[in-house]
Amino acid sequence: MAPFLPRHPGRSHPRMAGPPVVPGPAGGYGSSTTQSYRENVVANHLAIDNAGPGSAEAVLAKALAGFKLRDNAFHLLTLAAAWAVLILLGGVIAALVVGSVPAIKAFGFNFLWTEGWNPVTEKFGAMAAIYGTVVTSIIAMAIAVPSAFGIAIFLTELCPYPLRRPIGIAIELLAGIPSIIYGIWGLFVLAPFLQEHVQPGLISAFANVPVLSGLFAGPPYGIGVLTAGVILAIMVLPIVSSISRDVFETVPAVLKEAAYGVGCTTWEVVRSVVIPYTRVGLIGSVMLGLGRALGETMAVTFVIGNAHRIAPSLLAPGTTISATIANEFTEAVGDLYTSALIALGLILFVITFLIIAMAQYMLLRLRRREGQ
Amino acid sequence: MAIYDTRLRRDKFYLGLCYVAVAIGLGWLAIILATLLFEGIRGLSPAVFTQMTPPPGSEGGLLNAIAGSLIMTFLGVAMGTPLGMLAGTYMAEYGRYSKLTIVVRFINDILLSAPSIVIGLFVYEVMVVRMGHFSALAGAVSLAVIVVPVVVRTTEDMLLLVPDPLREAASALGLPRAIVIARVAYRAARAGLITGVLLAIARISGETAPLLFTALNNQFFSTNLNAPMASLPAVIFQFALSPYKEWQQLAWTGALLITLAVLALSIAARVLQMGRPGK
Amino acid sequence: MSGMNGVTNLAQGRVAEEAGTAGAPTVSNLNPKVAIRDLKFYYGDSLALKSISVPLYAHQVTAFIGPSGCGKSTLLRVLNRMYDLYPNQRAEGEVILDGVNILRPEQDLNLLRARVGMVFQKPTPFPMSIRDNVAFGIKLYQKLPKAELRDRVEAALVQAALWDEVKDQLNASGLSLSGGQQQRLCIARTVAIQPEVILLDEPCSALDPISTAKIEETIDELTENYTIAIVTHNMQQAARVSEHTAFMYLGELIEFGVTAQIFTSPEKKQTQNYITGRFG
Repeated sequence: MAPFLPRHPGRSHPRMAGPPVVPGPAGGYGSSTTQSYRENVVANHLAIDNAGPGSAEAVLAKALAGFKLRDNAFHLLTLAAAWAVLILLGGVIAALVVGSVPAIKAFGFNFLWTEGWNPVTEKFGAMAAIYGTVVTSIIAMAIAVPSAFGIAIFLTELCPYPLRRPIGIAIELLAGIPSIIYGIWGLFVLAPFLQEHVQPGLISAFANVPVLSGLFAGPPYGIGVLTAGVILAIMVLPIVSSISRDVFETVPAVLKEAAYGVGCTTWEVVRSVVIPYTRVGLIGSVMLGLGRALGETMAVTFVIGNAHRIAPSLLAPGTTISATIANEFTEAVGDLYTSALIALGLILFVITFLIIAMAQYMLLRLRRREGQ
Repeated sequence: MAIYDTRLRRDKFYLGLCYVAVAIGLGWLAIILATLLFEGIRGLSPAVFTQMTPPPGSEGGLLNAIAGSLIMTFLGVAMGTPLGMLAGTYMAEYGRYSKLTIVVRFINDILLSAPSIVIGLFVYEVMVVRMGHFSALAGAVSLAVIVVPVVVRTTEDMLLLVPDPLREAASALGLPRAIVIARVAYRAARAGLITGVLLAIARISGETAPLLFTALNNQFFSTNLNAPMASLPAVIFQFALSPYKEWQQLAWTGALLITLAVLALSIAARVLQMGRPGK
Repeated sequence: MSGMNGVTNLAQGRVAEEAGTAGAPTVSNLNPKVAIRDLKFYYGDSLALKSISVPLYAHQVTAFIGPSGCGKSTLLRVLNRMYDLYPNQRAEGEVILDGVNILRPEQDLNLLRARVGMVFQKPTPFPMSIRDNVAFGIKLYQKLPKAELRDRVEAALVQAALWDEVKDQLNASGLSLSGGQQQRLCIARTVAIQPEVILLDEPCSALDPISTAKIEETIDELTENYTIAIVTHNMQQAARVSEHTAFMYLGELIEFGVTAQIFTSPEKKQTQNYITGRFG
């Protein structure tokens, strides 16, 4: 998770500087110092090749040979490690595909839109899980994105300077809390609270509204799709906020001053200059948040109610892909059951992969522009 | 003037919303930490650290879970960090401008944000199925797979921060590339690299999903890597969803322990980061 | 030095020009649009401007020259209270605009900036179309029917000497223009809201000579409607465009007077040294 990693306030990422003006020898830094170093080495090699055994040159020759071996070995080692990362991803995809094969064979593409999930008759459909995943994520983003932008705007425009660092760190701590903590907090604290104080209010408020009454129909369980969405929102908030804040800080001060200079209020500066300028980065941050929301397991598992059905009401229990897998995997009996769960995992991975890839691409474009 | 008044009101309104957002965000944090502290401390006693997880309905502790978490976390970091650091070293040093680096960076960032439950499934397919049983080793491997992208990213970032003239000065002395990297670059980036490891540890301390189908859980104390092993997150998962009061209390206490560990690691990482020169 | 001769020639040329009109302008028969009195400016605890008092005369160009770091940009940024954006910068003293001290705490900053516009060193077009850039400020303060808005935009672009070049591509992004055109776009954006004073902070330092010449022509035409203050480190430019010049050094106002006189026979030795290139 990007915001979980050390932040580098105010420096332009060295990655963004392009290749050196003078390309060096393969693997070199591209500086003339290295060039002449290599020339010296060549000259020394010649001297060494022509030297007799036991002489000073021969000892040097041995040492240099040792260096070279170590150098090459290390180079190969790091290269292998880099490839290993690629292979890792390939392995993950391969394992998921292989594991899903029995389920794909049995159900085909209908797997995606069948709602029923019956371990007894071994009829499985991913629809309920996909629906739950999507709906909880939408709820989460609807709550988290405006709040995250608000926090980012606060931290870049409104907050007094001495408080910026502490508040920024506090928000990031939210990201560091493991999701299982959110899970049990949601189960024991939020769900009962919503059940007693919020959900009855929602149910009665929308009782007579034509379309929305279906969305907010009782009974108030406490747990359910809505609660899961709220918990997810708290988890996604710090990610979107942290990246948005980084992105807002790339707006040149001169540009903001130009807007103030025409007489804009602070909000107008943000709305007319800061946000359009950083549009791409903001979308990237939202998508990264979405990727997290889609894949989140433990927090959702505790509060979603684990019911394999699609109910129109947001207050009803449901399930998500990750919650299904977490709850049922260890008890899955039979290859088809296990395979169906792995197929669910494959679907989830594909969705999150695509979204995160797109987000990374957008953020890359933004960083490249900033580097110029 | 009417237009101007509207503008001023709109300004106050939206900026006010920003203040509200911050208050809510900080409020959540405060509520969650307060609840955790309150509920968790209630069950905190020496027994937690000396007794095993109890059967339903009786008192006990979390010793096997804590031990299991420590063992698997340690193994996961031990396996994942070298791989991550070497890959990050390649990306920042030997292969700084190569196409492979661009691809690896992209893939790595995706792995970084990938759902951890999928990682668990992967290790299940590759290890548990092969071996025929759940094992702590498989659990450690799944944690290692989560550690790798974190360490790759921070290693590359930190090594790229080391200025090139430093490397050139070392090369000019006749040192071979490998030594330049190992002795000079690593040492210069040392604080940052350690920060990366700390953050990786913090990340996997709370990871539950991947452990659920690799290490499973174990009611008893075990250090057998070839058998299922208990871990704090797995125990919390099982106990919290149960109807037994004692189990639920232990779940809260376990959650408190994990959170304290994660916070301590995050703060340590930040302190290290602040101590670096040139920031 | 040819540099100095060039400056002197320009200045003398101006004196000759003005001699033709009804008597050379003296300090006393003009009225100051902006009167700066005893202005002190602090960055944190360090004093950057030391008791500056200088007038800006209506419908005239006043140039501020001096070596780097002398405080001329700082002074300019006080005039539209741009420093207010930053917490540890503060000003003391008075800046009287049409009889009102704009440094007073109750001063509405947005309205002030609508009356005192600024063009920055680096061209800063907003990330929107050319038309929207110019219309941006207008729409903030007035709700105009479409036709009138169009006319105002065109008038502003004409005043900035940019209309002919962009009239067919008003929907293109402001960022697609060249550097000199972007800067003129910024000028158009500033004049579109019909301010009273325009502050130019080294407007040509990032531009090529041809764009610079175009902008200097524009400045000349703008004095018909606006009072202008320009900060420049290019002495020849100051001599070309301004009627009055202020020479600053290390946060102090060393000398202020009619441009022709400053460049031909300055009263202070320091001014003389700077103009002849002894330092700077």
